[in-house]
Amino acid sequence: MDGIKDKAAIVGVALSEFSADSGKTELRMSCEVIKAALDDAGLVVTDVDGLVKQSEDASDEHAITSSMGMGNLTYFGEVKWGAAPCAMVLRSAVAVAAGSAKCVVVYRAVNGSSKLRMIPSMKTSGQMSTSDLLQWTFHSPYGLMTETGSVAMLVRRYMHETDAKAEQFGWVTTVCRENGARNPEGLYYEQSITLEDYLASRIVVDPLRELDCYKESDCAAAFVITTPEMAKDLKQPPAVIRGCAQSMVGETERMNSYYRPDIARLPEVGRVAERMFRMAGVRPQDIDVAQLDDAYAPLVPLQLEELGFCGRGEGAAYCEGGDRIRLGGEIPLNTSGGSLGEGHIHGMNHVVEAVRQIRGTSTGQVKGAELALVATGAGGPAAGLILGR
Amino acid sequence: MAMQYIEGIPLLRPYVDHDNKGFWDAIREHRLVFQKCKDCGLIVHRPRPMCPQCLSTERDWAPSEGKGRIYTYVDFVYQNASYPGIQVPYVVVVVEMLEGVRMISNMIEESAADIYIGMPVEVVFDDIAEDLTLPKFRKAKE
Repeated sequence: MDGIKDKAAIVGVALSEFSADSGKTELRMSCEVIKAALDDAGLVVTDVDGLVKQSEDASDEHAITSSMGMGNLTYFGEVKWGAAPCAMVLRSAVAVAAGSAKCVVVYRAVNGSSKLRMIPSMKTSGQMSTSDLLQWTFHSPYGLMTETGSVAMLVRRYMHETDAKAEQFGWVTTVCRENGARNPEGLYYEQSITLEDYLASRIVVDPLRELDCYKESDCAAAFVITTPEMAKDLKQPPAVIRGCAQSMVGETERMNSYYRPDIARLPEVGRVAERMFRMAGVRPQDIDVAQLDDAYAPLVPLQLEELGFCGRGEGAAYCEGGDRIRLGGEIPLNTSGGSLGEGHIHGMNHVVEAVRQIRGTSTGQVKGAELALVATGAGGPAAGLILGR
Repeated sequence: MAMQYIEGIPLLRPYVDHDNKGFWDAIREHRLVFQKCKDCGLIVHRPRPMCPQCLSTERDWAPSEGKGRIYTYVDFVYQNASYPGIQVPYVVVVVEMLEGVRMISNMIEESAADIYIGMPVEVVFDDIAEDLTLPKFRKAKE
């Protein structure tokens, strides 16, 4: 199963400023960040023949093409939910490997802080989407409304099954903020925290604290994916896609899968790991640096377990003290800060950071990093990516 | 302490469709039922158009014994991270029913300090509005 191994590369990336209020439309942010990613690669708008967006993103493809003068798309489409960043890379890489497009741009822009998000979508038929229907019919009437509430359900059960403790989860946030404190482009530059700060932060939905959870921000991100041949002559060293996979299994739901036999696991992440490691022909211990989904700190230990960096039930203890997951440790995590320590753009910045690691340009650079892993989506559908030189 | 719905903020109502109507019709009559496949007998919750085991679309509504155990729960303690129409704190539970299915619900009286994973519970019907009943739970004998 080599699949798309080495058949596509990320050659350009860009992140806008993270802010509380961008003062711009999401469409403008998308256009600006796409231009920046193309500049980074040394490509121009007329090189682009593919666009991939996240379903929840407001800026449709035709608005991008008409704003940017893109005249010739041969491939475009959407990917859904929290796993989208790596899943969009997969979709783009498949298109490039199959010859449906030569140069695909993935983009996402969200005014998450200045505008309200999470408004249920009515589809064109007037029928609510099935995800929203489940939410509104069987969860919302009981006041189970927020993402934080649904993640807390899983975390409570995980703590019950494994003896994981808040003090251990706190090290995830502490290390992410330590990394974010080095990153002048992030929201938390020079703002590291201590474990005591974490423990003192307000309980929002017990057992989750405020510092377990990402904060909304306004931001946009884009990456450019092309063929290895085209990648050779561009401005940046390519980050070659070695392994990439997505997964949905029985009783996977959009966010948290309350109805499956064991909700305190992330079987989708396990399947993604199996597929992408096999495709890349590497093992967890070969990975130099990883960017995991840290929208909620307690989900990081579960991902470490599913990805094979430690055994079942050992994830929280693995994070304790921070030494194994910080720079210089066994597997440095979220080296630009991630959602908790850089800013939240739904995992897009995690892909950008993995590319920086491969180029050697991160503010939290792992010396000589050759293999960088990204995981997006934890609790629902998942996707993952292994990048190499 | 019983859950308090804040006046003036709309109650969140289930979106009833052809697939889940049988469940909500029974709840109105203070009966808890789960979807049961007429062909292979598999019981599922939440309702769905097809049996995931045998792909039959012939469905029945099987009465539940109304008993189960707390599988997991959360305590909404901060109003900004919860539904504004319900006074915090309020507890949301996932109950594993004797029939083997799980449902999301609330505890009718107990607060978070009173409950634990594995606690036996039984269903009660809370008429929260003239035209809206929700199945909720209370502590049951071991």
